[in-house]
Amino acid sequence: MNRQQLISKLIELATKRFGEKAQGLESSDDFFDRLGIDSMQAMELMTDLEDELEVEIPDYELQGVTTFDQLAEVIEVRL
Amino acid sequence: MMSAEPTTASSGAKTSNANVPPRFAAENVVPLRTRLGLWPARLLGEELIRRAQSALPTHLFGVDVRPGPKPIVSRELPPLNFEGEAMRWGLVTNKTGNAHLEVELCREPCNEIGTTALSELELLATLIRRGAGGARAMIFYSSVERGFCAGADLRELHAGLVEKATETGGLRGKVETAVEVRGFIDRIHAVFDTFDTAPITTISAVHGFVFGGGFELALTSDVIIADKSARFAFPELRLGIVPGFGGIPRLKRDLGNALVRDLLLTGRSMRASRAHEVGLVSQLVARGRALDAARSVAEQASRFDPETTARAKAFTKPLPVEELAREKDLFVSMLGSPTVQRALEKFVNDESVRPYLP
Repeated sequence: MNRQQLISKLIELATKRFGEKAQGLESSDDFFDRLGIDSMQAMELMTDLEDELEVEIPDYELQGVTTFDQLAEVIEVRL
Repeated sequence: MMSAEPTTASSGAKTSNANVPPRFAAENVVPLRTRLGLWPARLLGEELIRRAQSALPTHLFGVDVRPGPKPIVSRELPPLNFEGEAMRWGLVTNKTGNAHLEVELCREPCNEIGTTALSELELLATLIRRGAGGARAMIFYSSVERGFCAGADLRELHAGLVEKATETGGLRGKVETAVEVRGFIDRIHAVFDTFDTAPITTISAVHGFVFGGGFELALTSDVIIADKSARFAFPELRLGIVPGFGGIPRLKRDLGNALVRDLLLTGRSMRASRAHEVGLVSQLVARGRALDAARSVAEQASRFDPETTARAKAFTKPLPVEELAREKDLFVSMLGSPTVQRALEKFVNDESVRPYLP
């Protein structure tokens, strides 16, 4: 899976979880701002990503991560 | 609801006393004070602290927390059905015709454990020591959407530490704080040890946040059933402390030390399916179905002879007494440091959308 495919997958999973709010998301969008999600929803998205991609994403690597581009960079290492 | 069965309750109480270390047994709380001269040095130290605590105006987190808590020494049977601020519980008769106890954690935002929850947990522990009304199993679950329990009430802890420092100041303030924290930790350990060694099958049905003290509460159970939304973490190191409610000794009892160190030293959270793979979670279920699965386990456990269950449990789940005692000492020694106070200050003022994440 290359970077672009990974980003598409991340956006697809976010759309699946957050529905309409996630329509039209771009890879550079700040998903906390765009989706208006709280800590629990962020945690649920993280669990979705880990289950779907079969990886473990340590929370500490997500410090400061707010866009799908940045998220893909973190996850790519563990695929 | 089922009424108490005197025979079973009596038998359960006896078994409980056999499994609980003598220093935690309810009937020893008062007599210990009369046998001071016979005590080993460590226990004597604890008794001296206990006496010192009773002589001080103690308000941990704004509430009187002097040890020798009334629920523990009370000879009254706590209610079999209870509705408090932090939790509710009741006896439920299942299909076997026997009863199990269901304990619902119900305090927003995520069942943080402070003095209110502790007082109610002490009442529950007393009920269990008195035979749990004949219940053959117990289930902990949460009706709060965010999760099972996000841990200790850090806002209350911060308020207590800051207020004490402001009120008293200096060395006296530090001593009082240490004594109060010790009293709180002793109380919660006594409660968790009771849950851990209860002579009935205990189950935690968890979802969402299972962090810190919430993780530690779940670890007292014989069986952890998680729905797929659950995440487990010990984020304490970001506050400059170690888990203080018995979590590490209990986790080490169940898992390899390498993973224990990883979780402790990074503070990272682990999803339910991974926790299932490594053997922390015994049953993994669909979102929102953990309580259903827990009731099924409770029902199955209710079919068995209570004495056999108690003996099987005692054989497979020894209480790590020495490590628990060392953890208490370590935790209390850390809590008064400026690092902790700064970290708590940062936490309570954190307005980000991810305050629970390490």
